[in-house]
Amino acid sequence: MPDTPDYLRYTTTHTWVEIIDDRTIRVGITDFAQQELDDIVFIELPEMDREYTRGDECAIVESVKSTSEIYCPASGNIIAINLSLEDSPGLINEDPYGEGWIFQMELTDDSDLDDLIDADTYRELAVDD
Amino acid sequence: MSTGRIELNKTPLHALHLEQGARMVPFAGYELPVQYRGGILQEHKHTRCQAGLFDISHMGQIRITGDIALSALENLVPGRLADLSLFRQKYTVLTNPEGGIIDDVMVMHAGDHVRLVVNAACKHKVLAYLQNSLGHRCEIQMLASESLLALQGPAAAMNLARYIPAVSELTFMSAGKFIFNGIELTISRSGYTGEDGFELSLSDNCAEDFARLLLKGDEVTLAGLGARDSLRLEAGLCLYGQDIDSTTTPVEAGLHWLIAESSQWKCKNADYPGADIIREQLRSGTGRRRVGLIPQSRAPLRAGTGLLNDRQEQIGVITSGGYSPTLEKPIAMGYVSSDYIQPGTSLGAFARGKEFRIAVVALPFVAHRYCH
Repeated sequence: MPDTPDYLRYTTTHTWVEIIDDRTIRVGITDFAQQELDDIVFIELPEMDREYTRGDECAIVESVKSTSEIYCPASGNIIAINLSLEDSPGLINEDPYGEGWIFQMELTDDSDLDDLIDADTYRELAVDD
Repeated sequence: MSTGRIELNKTPLHALHLEQGARMVPFAGYELPVQYRGGILQEHKHTRCQAGLFDISHMGQIRITGDIALSALENLVPGRLADLSLFRQKYTVLTNPEGGIIDDVMVMHAGDHVRLVVNAACKHKVLAYLQNSLGHRCEIQMLASESLLALQGPAAAMNLARYIPAVSELTFMSAGKFIFNGIELTISRSGYTGEDGFELSLSDNCAEDFARLLLKGDEVTLAGLGARDSLRLEAGLCLYGQDIDSTTTPVEAGLHWLIAESSQWKCKNADYPGADIIREQLRSGTGRRRVGLIPQSRAPLRAGTGLLNDRQEQIGVITSGGYSPTLEKPIAMGYVSSDYIQPGTSLGAFARGKEFRIAVVALPFVAHRYCH
């Protein structure tokens, strides 16, 4: 069973969102997603200081077998990217909720967070998918 | 990831795949393992260092019986077959009247019959084609209850020889019939990974037991379709439907070597489908050629990515692309206009709204290690 921590929020496109404070979130892909992708060999990170709109394709994860887009879970500015993934993209497989985090953003509108789903809802979705 | 309602065929190793934690995917009408618990990278590396066991029972095995089977089949391919020695194997292509490839096939002189291994997605088409073309002169049938296993890697020979010592005497592209504990096997020293190894054909009802026997050796791991694809790409081998198809000729695909050994003989006499076109391409060249490609950034570039010259004109396309676990960087193959086939040529590749640099290189990416 993939790990789906209760303290995080999720999107239907398999990203997790950690709400750091009212205006700041940290984002990565779920354990379910990394298991589905298998060995991740490359990530194209979002651009620092760039503004993205919710739903924008903001990063790309390449595994041995396929390419997957990561969609921005909310609108805002990229304030941090996990540069260690450039040399060690496998951190996403090893520790998807910790060292495998992908980016942090400052929100333009915190009401975007209302549309995120909770762990229970995500678990159901990840099983049915 | 739903498979819909299409009823998929299962191979005789299905229970073994599930037991070993396989992730099953639909492929050419079969439910097949794309990977097991260890993952594609591990299966790939294990096959290069030791040995991987692949279930390729979805592939078509076709038997052609009749005194003139080889010479009849020769009329359908651009190379010589009539002089194939007993228990020798040859890789060739069935061509259409335009010189395109109907399928790439392994042909074996198996004594009282000729045995073909054809691609899974093509097998019914090829069977019908052969029956139409040769059916009045030979008996042609699908070996529908025979499984096919591929044991690949530097430790493959040691593993298999533990049970069937005589396989050590086979060399690359030779074959034989063997009996082990009452099981009849047709084994060839060949494969699709660039490594030394074997393909073993045996009755469906013995396949699982024999696979389990091979897996008893620590040097062997099960490997799925994912590793099979990354291994063949490193070896520069074509995947039918991607790198070759009915619109690509063997000359464009860089498979002229399978014509060349008898090109003079063929050029004078041959009358296989598309012979005129292929003969002309051998003489005057082709507008495009298959080449190896290495993306210059770390992003893998996948099939379908357009290739550009410095004037931003599209001069080619990637047909297979992925990550090379051996080289630890992305690799690809594709077709480029003949002005750009020189190794070292730098091209652009347009993907995801961005331009990447990609270099033309010689194939294969990882040297073949066949047992000659």
